[in-house]
Amino acid sequence: MSSRYKTGKATQIWRSATNHMATGLAVLSTVLVVAPLIAIFVYLIYKGASSLNLAFFIKTPRAVGEPGGGMANAIVGSALLLGIGSLIGVPIGIASGVFLAEFGRGGKLANAVRFTADVLNGVPSIVMGIAIYSLIVLPQKHFSALAGGVALGIMMIPTITRTTEEMLLMVPHSIREAALGLGVPNWRSVLSITLKTASPGIITGCMLAFARVAGETAPLLFTAFGNQFWSANLNEPIAALPLQIYVYAISPYDEWHRLAWAGSLVLIVLIVLSVSLVRFVTTRGVLKGAN
Amino acid sequence: MGVGIEVKDLNAWYGSNHTLQDINLNIQPNEATALIGPSGCGKSTFVRCLNRMHETNPIAKVTGSVRIGDLDIYNDASPVEVRRRIGMVFQRPNPFPTMSIYDNVASGLRLNGFRNRRVLDEVVERSLKHAALWDEVKDELKKKSGASLSGGQQQRLCIARALAVDPEVLLMDEPASALDPVSTAKIEDLIFQLKSQYTIIIVTHNMQQAARVAERTGFFLNGKLVEFDSTHKIFTNPRDKRTEDYITGRFG
Ligand SMILES: Nc1ncnc2c1ncn2[C@@H]1O[C@H](COP(=O)(O)OP(=O)(O)O)[C@@H](O)[C@H]1O
Ligand SMILES: [Mg+2]
Repeated sequence: MSSRYKTGKATQIWRSATNHMATGLAVLSTVLVVAPLIAIFVYLIYKGASSLNLAFFIKTPRAVGEPGGGMANAIVGSALLLGIGSLIGVPIGIASGVFLAEFGRGGKLANAVRFTADVLNGVPSIVMGIAIYSLIVLPQKHFSALAGGVALGIMMIPTITRTTEEMLLMVPHSIREAALGLGVPNWRSVLSITLKTASPGIITGCMLAFARVAGETAPLLFTAFGNQFWSANLNEPIAALPLQIYVYAISPYDEWHRLAWAGSLVLIVLIVLSVSLVRFVTTRGVLKGAN
Repeated sequence: MGVGIEVKDLNAWYGSNHTLQDINLNIQPNEATALIGPSGCGKSTFVRCLNRMHETNPIAKVTGSVRIGDLDIYNDASPVEVRRRIGMVFQRPNPFPTMSIYDNVASGLRLNGFRNRRVLDEVVERSLKHAALWDEVKDELKKKSGASLSGGQQQRLCIARALAVDPEVLLMDEPASALDPVSTAKIEDLIFQLKSQYTIIIVTHNMQQAARVAERTGFFLNGKLVEFDSTHKIFTNPRDKRTEDYITGRFG
């Protein structure tokens, strides 16, 4: 009997070879994925780091030809725009995801919402900018931070909606039954059990959406518009890092080109930092053995 | 204290599949009643009709009447009220994975708006002791996730969670079928002790288990209750030929 389970020398070599090959392929694809990211980062540091100084973070831009100046207003502007965007995108996105997964399952309204989210996801960002321009900027007769934030917020919705839906659907049926079996009303079970169980995935979805719109330029061109000066007024045009980078990068001046590189570096670092911060805050207090 | 259960003309469907047909039986308070029968004969459907979990399935339908104590569960109460009075333990242990052991046990009370810390502490300790899990987990109540326990411990945690809301009836749907023999023995001991306070209905495909823990046993076949009698009678001298065939292993 036992001979059935013995393997010959040739089989062993063949297994070991395929095993190594599979490992090699996995390593290779990891490198292929990570390499561009590292390349971009290294290149940004190479081009931009030399222009980074304190002034970059605390000064506003100077006129052409004047040396120095910084992007402080653009950094704050981006933070404000993303703040408004998240305030709009996260609650609406999560709420519609919850509706799709838990309440509207298979209904006409759910299908309509899902279809809308998918279409919205495919709308080019420049079109989103124009749409908000005609819906908010034209009636108000001026560009504004608010319009920019709304544009970013709407762009965040579809990603958050669909990840929320998918993450909720992945919560095992047995968990929902456990809650219902305890005499917990369905809405309560959705909010306190299902949503909580799915929250790591939902947070990842929110951060993906956040990181994506953080670098958007097109939807801000006709909405937030950009601003050379300090402004924290939501009813006025406001500066944003991507806009400032765009203006500097297409200018003919070497000094501005260097600042554009520095701005890009700062933008990426800030995105990575905020995503890591959210991760850190939301994974604190996770229990031993929870997954 | 446990209460009796009176089931009259119970019929249940999944879509057009007539899963339970004209079930009538009386379950005595403070006893363990075992339900046996081959896979797919409707045991799970039956217990899910007793706490109105059956109707959470959109294609499901029920007719007939079930009285638990003096409560007509399909006419006098909402599903949520019914489920608070009738605890359920499922085949696969299903603790809430993001919650600590403590929070798992407290969840039924908390999710129904109960917040008093001192009382919660007491209930959690009492329920875990009832479920014979307290000594194993008391040092890491709030630090450890319910999902990090072994399968057998998880199932006892689920029993503690069900007991914490102070039900009158405990439904157990093959509570030990996913567990090793040692954990199974612990669950059986537990059922023995819990009988004094709760009415217990246990679905099992293990006939020795039914014989060990239950005063009465019901045999289901193809959606019908073929025979319901004292466990001793069912296993030594069944009235129905089909029951005899099943317990002697001639089919199923
Ligand atoms: N969720 C469901 N949807 C449709 N049919 C189901 C569902 N659950 C059970 N059934 C059907 O109901 C019948 C009884 O199932 P069940 O009560 O689970 O049996 P048991 O617990 O005795 O194995 C089976 O024919 C099964 O196919
Ligand atoms: Mg079953």
